[in-house]
Amino acid sequence: MSLYDLADGEPMGKKKKIVVETKDLTKRYDGVTVVDRLNLHVAENEVFGLLGPNGAGKTTTILMLLGLTEPASGSARVFGFDSTREPLKVKRLAGYLPEKTGFYDNLTARENLKFIARLNNISEAESKRLIGQVLEAVGMTEMADVAAGKFSRGMKQRLGIADVLVKKPKIVFLDEPTAGLDPEGINQIIDLIANLPKMGTTVVLSSHRLYEVQRVCHSIGILSKGKLVVEGSLDSLGREALAEGRYRIEVETAEASPQLIKVIGKISGVRKVEAKGNLLQISADSDLRAKIAKAVVQSDIPLIQMKVQEFSLDEIYMKYFHEG
Amino acid sequence: MFTIFRKELADYFTSIRCLVVLLLVFAVSAMALHAAQVGIRGETGTEFVFLRLFTTPEQTIPALLNFPTIIALFFMPFIGIALGFDAINSERTSGTLSRVLSQPVFRDNVINAKFLASIFTLSIMVATSMLLIAGYGLRIIGVPPSSEEVIRLFIYLVSIIIYGAFWIGLAMLFSVLFRWVGTSLLTSLAFWLFFGLFYIFMVAPALANALAPTADGTAQAAIHNVQLQQLLLRLSPSYLFLESSTVLLLPLVRTLGVITLGEAAYMIPNPLSLGQSLLLAWPHLTILISLTAVCFAVSYVVFMRQEIRAT
Repeated sequence: MSLYDLADGEPMGKKKKIVVETKDLTKRYDGVTVVDRLNLHVAENEVFGLLGPNGAGKTTTILMLLGLTEPASGSARVFGFDSTREPLKVKRLAGYLPEKTGFYDNLTARENLKFIARLNNISEAESKRLIGQVLEAVGMTEMADVAAGKFSRGMKQRLGIADVLVKKPKIVFLDEPTAGLDPEGINQIIDLIANLPKMGTTVVLSSHRLYEVQRVCHSIGILSKGKLVVEGSLDSLGREALAEGRYRIEVETAEASPQLIKVIGKISGVRKVEAKGNLLQISADSDLRAKIAKAVVQSDIPLIQMKVQEFSLDEIYMKYFHEG
Repeated sequence: MFTIFRKELADYFTSIRCLVVLLLVFAVSAMALHAAQVGIRGETGTEFVFLRLFTTPEQTIPALLNFPTIIALFFMPFIGIALGFDAINSERTSGTLSRVLSQPVFRDNVINAKFLASIFTLSIMVATSMLLIAGYGLRIIGVPPSSEEVIRLFIYLVSIIIYGAFWIGLAMLFSVLFRWVGTSLLTSLAFWLFFGLFYIFMVAPALANALAPTADGTAQAAIHNVQLQQLLLRLSPSYLFLESSTVLLLPLVRTLGVITLGEAAYMIPNPLSLGQSLLLAWPHLTILISLTAVCFAVSYVVFMRQEIRAT
């Protein structure tokens, strides 16, 4: 389903435009530095996960990006607009779903969205169409005329996503979008988020639930005590964190063969080969699966399976936190 | 800003809170009418009969219970607090404030629209009340108002709205300062009870007696005491408004200061002209306007610099 008329399906992997950029962004509350010289970059049409334990400064960072809180020093830019100096221009492009989002309980879902549409100067006819679309996208068409006070937490969160999308944002900031939801609710929200980049909306979400972040995010930034510990795409981070930047390839063959280990060891780029019975663990500079497969086949030993080891975000996260 | 204003108005008009206040409006109007109906027949003067609809107390009940006093001491503070006490903090705790502020609206639009919407609602209520009294009063006494009476009533209405705006501003200030709706409500009520009631009836007289004792019984001391008491009383916005409404509604009141009987003997028992009454009430009204402005300005500034995070 196309949410927007102009869903530009820009292919992934192309050199991407940076749409969120912070320079030494710093915030202090009563002398305590909550966000400390943060340098963050988010590319267009990606899902960026801001990770970190409670109190790491995720919400404060988002508030500063939206111009809702003034930084002590440093600057933040969203689509080229300075968040502190031109907050209205940023807010015109950006949607924000607060962690504890609230609706006017006496108004229906539709009326709540209509109010937001009016605040964004969207014409009545246009807002009617848009509201219909976003309510359908989050699967709440049937609940459209029910007072928001009667909604469950999961429904409110979905309505919150609809609410953020009504203004056709170029970028959305979602603060803990899955907090307090049941597994089914989490899945619904994650699916909705995963679809946003296809519609031309960049997503920045904060969370401390690694599993969900891993499912949906392209890049992450890990915050700890207001400092950005690391930033980058998920797979490159995993390699850096856990394998000194190398690929780990596992090869399982029908039988153990010292000959094969030697052959593979000679492939250029292979750093280390370890054998555990039928299982070979290869550490390499790049993804050499094709060459390794060829070597195995040529050695006449039946290949059972081969895979590149994936890094779970848990490991990455724990690694950086032990360092931090 | 108009969007928020419209929403706030719609909220007020559909809320139970406003229904309660409206019922109170009817009760106060009915009571004032009853008092006028019973009391006005005992009056002797023939001038400004229509204005007396609003000022005549029923003889059998304490003089406190006439329309201007009820308006000044009870009605306006009550409506003002009812309309303003949760303006900002209820939106903050329910999480709607950060949602609204993340839209492309200036932050001051939110507080301006809320303030305007509550003043608008308050104006409708007060105007309803006065029109009810005027309409039914006309039926009862059958004397049409002179143009001066109409102008005086209109100025009185405007002054009521300013006074009501002060209470809205105050309640709104507390709603900006305190996170919890309960705290801001209780603080507003405490302010009202103290400055609106206790201060006028107990604290100010007691203070005046302590600072300027009249024990020696000289006229000098008595005058000094009364003057001091008046000065202290005027620190209360309610008293200030009460004095100005007395001047506006009772043209026969010629001075708000202390006059001796000797001086009074030389006064011509004529009502003051509208201009002179206004001149007498002007300082009071100015102070009320500035108090309202101060309350609003402080809430405005605090709100503009406040962190908006929900928790």
